[in-house]
Amino acid sequence: MYNNIILDRLRVDKLPTMWCPGCGHGIILAALLKSIDKMGWEKENTVVVSGIGCAGRVPGYIDACTLHTTHGRALGFATGIKFAHPELNVIAVMGDGDASAIGGNHLIHAARRNIDITAIVFNNDIYGMTGGQKSPTTPHGYNSTTSQYGNAEIPFDLCKLVEGAGATFVAREIQSNHINLEKIILKALQKKGFSFVEAFSVCPTSFGRRNKLTSDATKNIDWVKSMSVTKAQAEKRTPEELEGKIITGVFVDIERPEFIESYLKYDLSGANCEK
Amino acid sequence: MNVKMVTGNEAAALGALRAGCRFYAGYPITPSSEIMENMSRDLPKVCGKFIQMEDEIASIAAIIGASLTGEKSMTATSGPGFSLMQENLGFAAMGEIPCVVVNVQRGGPSTGLPTRVAQADVMQARWGTHGDHEIIALCPSSIQETYELIIDAFNFSEIYRTPVVFLMDEALAHIREKLVIPENVTIIERPKPKDGPKDYKPFDINVGDIPPLANFGSGYKYHITGLVHDETGFPTDDPQITTDLLKRITTKISKNSSKIVKTKTFMTDDAEILLISYGSSVRAAKESVLQLRNDNIKVGLLQLLTIWPFPSSVIHEISKKMKRIYLVEMNLGQLYAETRIVIDSNIPLIKVNRIDGELITPCEISSKVKEG
Repeated sequence: MYNNIILDRLRVDKLPTMWCPGCGHGIILAALLKSIDKMGWEKENTVVVSGIGCAGRVPGYIDACTLHTTHGRALGFATGIKFAHPELNVIAVMGDGDASAIGGNHLIHAARRNIDITAIVFNNDIYGMTGGQKSPTTPHGYNSTTSQYGNAEIPFDLCKLVEGAGATFVAREIQSNHINLEKIILKALQKKGFSFVEAFSVCPTSFGRRNKLTSDATKNIDWVKSMSVTKAQAEKRTPEELEGKIITGVFVDIERPEFIESYLKYDLSGANCEK
Repeated sequence: MNVKMVTGNEAAALGALRAGCRFYAGYPITPSSEIMENMSRDLPKVCGKFIQMEDEIASIAAIIGASLTGEKSMTATSGPGFSLMQENLGFAAMGEIPCVVVNVQRGGPSTGLPTRVAQADVMQARWGTHGDHEIIALCPSSIQETYELIIDAFNFSEIYRTPVVFLMDEALAHIREKLVIPENVTIIERPKPKDGPKDYKPFDINVGDIPPLANFGSGYKYHITGLVHDETGFPTDDPQITTDLLKRITTKISKNSSKIVKTKTFMTDDAEILLISYGSSVRAAKESVLQLRNDNIKVGLLQLLTIWPFPSSVIHEISKKMKRIYLVEMNLGQLYAETRIVIDSNIPLIKVNRIDGELITPCEISSKVKEG
């Protein structure tokens, strides 16, 4: 049944995808498509926007209105689309470097503004498309083509960042916990306000090979699993025990005034906007 | 007669609203901020959308996004912000997405002279974004022209499915003079695709050099990318398709340049000496023509309202009967090379420039002309 739903929401003539063997992005895409389908969103009224990188290619495979923009700027374009036509369902798909390095400013401001957009970060801890350079989420001490002796930097906790910026829904899940990932994305799509899902992917080609996980996808998936801790488990552990771990679960699910609703209330209250 | 006393920035906002602009995204920057403030006040009154973004990059991104849903969209900035917008300006050129970007020029480079006048972004408007492309850039010199020309800017962006740069400057932005609101203006609406959603291709060359853009949310679903793409909008690196695409998105503007180029002449009928200028320096150039005529020097003025595509044919034609030509700009001569190659090599072309943040004066221009 799932296969039919996924196929119906895919541009099947664009398959196979351009992603490497073992890439986790397709699995996250499947969860996204199933969630969109559960929302019952019409393809013509669903807009998927992306930036640049491996995750930037996601919209090209989705049968909807799709926009593949410039590096880091998906949320800027998505904001224009959603604000101009609030009846459209708008999703921004980003990679980890795309969303949090070059696009970091847009990420925190979309969260602060609380515009009704769902942002999904496909986090594979690396710049995959450009050949495996470290990203703001590459773990401390891990190797990349630009941290050849181990990453001296401390990675972002994207969920904490976006929570601090004011998002009304913030969650993280790993791709291999697929059923739960789908549930979380569905909740994010349902949320009126800025919702954020950090979906942990794997990049065997550019991350795994350089970090003793090889290009074998299963070894990479097992590593992500071994690093992940649910929110409930995490509460019983010390900060030292949680160092470097991927904590999964829903961290924020609150209500705040949504930007467009507030604009309609304040700015357009005196205008006669019947069209 | 509807007459107002307004500044250039106010005229730009009024003209944009008249043209049908219903979406503005921007970031504050001197000397353009009053455009943003006026749009913030007036767009809600016509049920339009105004948003202050986190930077200029997001501002142009938002207007491109809004344009894809069918709204006429605009942002306004100045030199530093215009620099930040360049990548997405190229995205709009590649994706063929209409929008208007106002650049109220100030002294540069870098922070330069934020509150002083310059015309230093003429080449940034032309070549600021990377890659081969054509751009339309318009340049008013008065409040009246600002109002009327920004309507042309919106019309051109819809007709040619392209971003249009509207080059103002600090002096024009802040002077206040009479604006007669014209009763009738031509407003071009975005052509709708003839094909239904099933057959629609956003870059279908079979329907013409400028295929109609369907709006997101109007029943059509398609893909837009900044990558080189085929007629369906999906990426390709096919050498022939690449060549055809780049040639089409450049020639759609260059081959229509006679329709886009707007110029005005002042006392050129019997002129032997020509001043060429654009923007607020036109005001000084006009006064200089009158001064020189008083001294029985037969001088005239060619004003460029369209800077890009460059008015090559117009300049070439008028230059033939001139003994000398003076190019008056408030920069170090950014349009000199463009002008030099379109006039015969035996006709001297002399630069008249001012770059100190002050308006160029009629006397400066006149004395340069008298020097020979």
